Amino acid sequence: MTRRRLEHWGLPLLASAVLVSLWHLAVVQTGTKVFPSPAAVVRGLGELLRRGVLGTYLLDSLRRVALGTGLAVLLGVPLGSWMGLRREAALAMDPVVQWLRPISPLAWSPLAIVLWGVGEPATVFLIFLAAIFPLTTAATSAVQAIPEVHLRAGRNFGLGPGALWLRVLLPASIPDLLVALRITLGIAWLVVVAAEMLAVDSGLGYLIIDARNAGKRYDLVVAGMLLIGCVGWAIDAGVRRLERLRPVRWGFPEQ
Amino acid sequence: MRHLKTLPIPPTHDVSGRGLAGPRPLGLRFVGLVGLVLAWALAVALAGATPVPSPRRVAEGIWELVQRQVIFRHTVASLFRVTWGYLAALGVALPLGLMLGWFRRGELALSPLLQVLRPISPLAWIPISILWFGVGDVSAIFILFLASFFPLVTTVASAVRGVPEVHLRAGRNFGLTPAALLWRVVLPAALPRIFVGMRLTLGVAWLVVVAAEMLGVDSGLGFLILDARNAGNRYDLVMATLVLIGGIGVGLDAFMRWLQRAMDGSTR
Amino acid sequence: MTRPIPKLRLRGLHARFLSSQGERSVLEDVNLEVETGEFVCLLGPSGCGKSTLLNIVGGFLAPAAGEVLVDGQPVTGPDPRRIFVFQERGTFPWLTVEGNIGFGLARRPGPERRERVARAVARVGLTGFEHAYPHELSGGMKQRVEVARALAVDPDVLYMDEPFGALDSITRLEMRAELLRIWSEARKTVLFVTHDIDESVQLADRVAVMSARPGRIRRVVDIDLPRPRDLSAPRYLALRDTLMAELGLAHGVRAITPPRQERA
Repeated sequence: MTRRRLEHWGLPLLASAVLVSLWHLAVVQTGTKVFPSPAAVVRGLGELLRRGVLGTYLLDSLRRVALGTGLAVLLGVPLGSWMGLRREAALAMDPVVQWLRPISPLAWSPLAIVLWGVGEPATVFLIFLAAIFPLTTAATSAVQAIPEVHLRAGRNFGLGPGALWLRVLLPASIPDLLVALRITLGIAWLVVVAAEMLAVDSGLGYLIIDARNAGKRYDLVVAGMLLIGCVGWAIDAGVRRLERLRPVRWGFPEQ
Repeated sequence: MRHLKTLPIPPTHDVSGRGLAGPRPLGLRFVGLVGLVLAWALAVALAGATPVPSPRRVAEGIWELVQRQVIFRHTVASLFRVTWGYLAALGVALPLGLMLGWFRRGELALSPLLQVLRPISPLAWIPISILWFGVGDVSAIFILFLASFFPLVTTVASAVRGVPEVHLRAGRNFGLTPAALLWRVVLPAALPRIFVGMRLTLGVAWLVVVAAEMLGVDSGLGFLILDARNAGNRYDLVMATLVLIGGIGVGLDAFMRWLQRAMDGSTR
Repeated sequence: MTRPIPKLRLRGLHARFLSSQGERSVLEDVNLEVETGEFVCLLGPSGCGKSTLLNIVGGFLAPAAGEVLVDGQPVTGPDPRRIFVFQERGTFPWLTVEGNIGFGLARRPGPERRERVARAVARVGLTGFEHAYPHELSGGMKQRVEVARALAVDPDVLYMDEPFGALDSITRLEMRAELLRIWSEARKTVLFVTHDIDESVQLADRVAVMSARPGRIRRVVDIDLPRPRDLSAPRYLALRDTLMAELGLAHGVRAITPPRQERA
């Protein structure tokens, strides 16, 4: 029991320590002046904290992800449910979704900028584009997987189309939608960084590109990257937490 | 197999409307696409003076790109980067993922690192990548390697962990050595899920390559988009490239599906 | 002369499925009448269309020809006055026992809803499990939830589609006893689909025996046994043998004493 405990905490710490030491040694050995050592990155983080930009940039990035993904949920989930319920809708809409999905959201950035100018709406639009397709397809397949008996039971108790969607289709899809949301937030987090490099002047992506362009501050670049990694991990862990809530746990059989 | 007719009840109630079984009227497949193009044309016409081009101008733009032959050069450049970045990632992720899925301690030690490195947008590595490899193909391939590596390694590891214990016991029961067990039981059992992960990851790589080319190189479809914008606000060419990127993405996905089916057939 | 209108009347029902080989007839000219408060079993081998038949009666599928009348009125769709009980997988996994049982009561005022749910919970013996989720319950308990969900809205008719088919044999016996107790208390009309001969003899007032391909009602057998039924009574065994013979199973150990035949 205690040995397992020790392994649980010790092994990851050991592996991280080895990696950080290797990184440190590599910097020392090569005598590089541009690439920062771990200590320099920690100092860089401290500097960002003192300058007070970290909180604002972090909130900016998070707000864009939340807005873009939120809009995608509001549009994609009803659309996807409808496609899951009506075969004709799925047949007609599927080619559209399949064609638009592989277009990198970033590739839309010139159009986004010409439509909305450099700034918040353009970034939110790009994240919306990144999130809408995975959510729509997930909602479609979630509804297609609902057992017929659940729909029949709902209709038997006299539910109309709206009530059926709200009380049967939606709750039955939620476990699948949570999985999709986790994947989608991962993609959105990936896209927001790039979008901020292209289309705005705040946020963690901007922090990285700005640190590089304004004086080759690679310590700040790496600090920004680590921060992006940690926040991304925290978002993922947060959605995983939701999967443990009692009303949805039925959809996640124990490993 | 479905019922000939159902009761006259509101649309969402229609039992036969669910799922994708039954005959598929071919015309329906185009309704969505045609509707989208019409809506787009209408929006552009109604907006009057807008920099967004009409579908017709975009079609002409595609024709122009084909005629000037620029499209082929840039497509090849993008596909080249995706191929090498993706294959390199696969070469590392497959053995590493097998190992992480097989040895609990290995997974325990490395998973926190992977968890933190994975959500770093591959595009956030661009400054570092340019610092290390300069502006050019290697830099872009490195970004694609990162974009493909993390999803691949996690799917391979979880696919291996998902192999049912009974299969392993059966294998051991027949006296297989650990290596034979891995090769003859674990890998075939995990392969279907690994393939799904590979297909999804190729999709991600295709998303990333276009973005990477907008930030760090001077060729490829992503560059073509920025170049068309920067050199004279040719938004018709921007949209034309978007349409082509979507088409190539559909093609890549179809290729992976075909590969999946082919492999499925050979392992059964 | 003026017979009361039967609760359920199935008149000349036909059904067809579309398959890859073209159209296939599933039901042919099915006729049946069920009186108010009566318990009728549809008995037949798998694939005989009895489930399709029940789905037509329930209003989920439309017949190719014929009609279903309830209290003399044609059925045009599902109706909360007639509740369909599926196998235990029909419970909603995202709702608690209480939430499932109260599902059909959303429009009623809170106090009435709570009172009805509590009564239904007590009636099926689930007291203490009100806040559990279906995946935390055994198969038999999930089935009780389904029955309670139906009883809570106080329907006239219960349609039951092999409700105990997925349960182990001991639980199945218990559930039959409970269903009979509930039925005798609440006096619902029950139309019950099963492929289990014993189940039909234990439960039903009458058993409609179906044959397969195409599905037809071969014969309706009166189960003239007093309740509670003695499962070792000679009459019970004789009726069982009759049904077995009717299904084409060569049993033939005991002499068959055919009871009164109601309809060809």
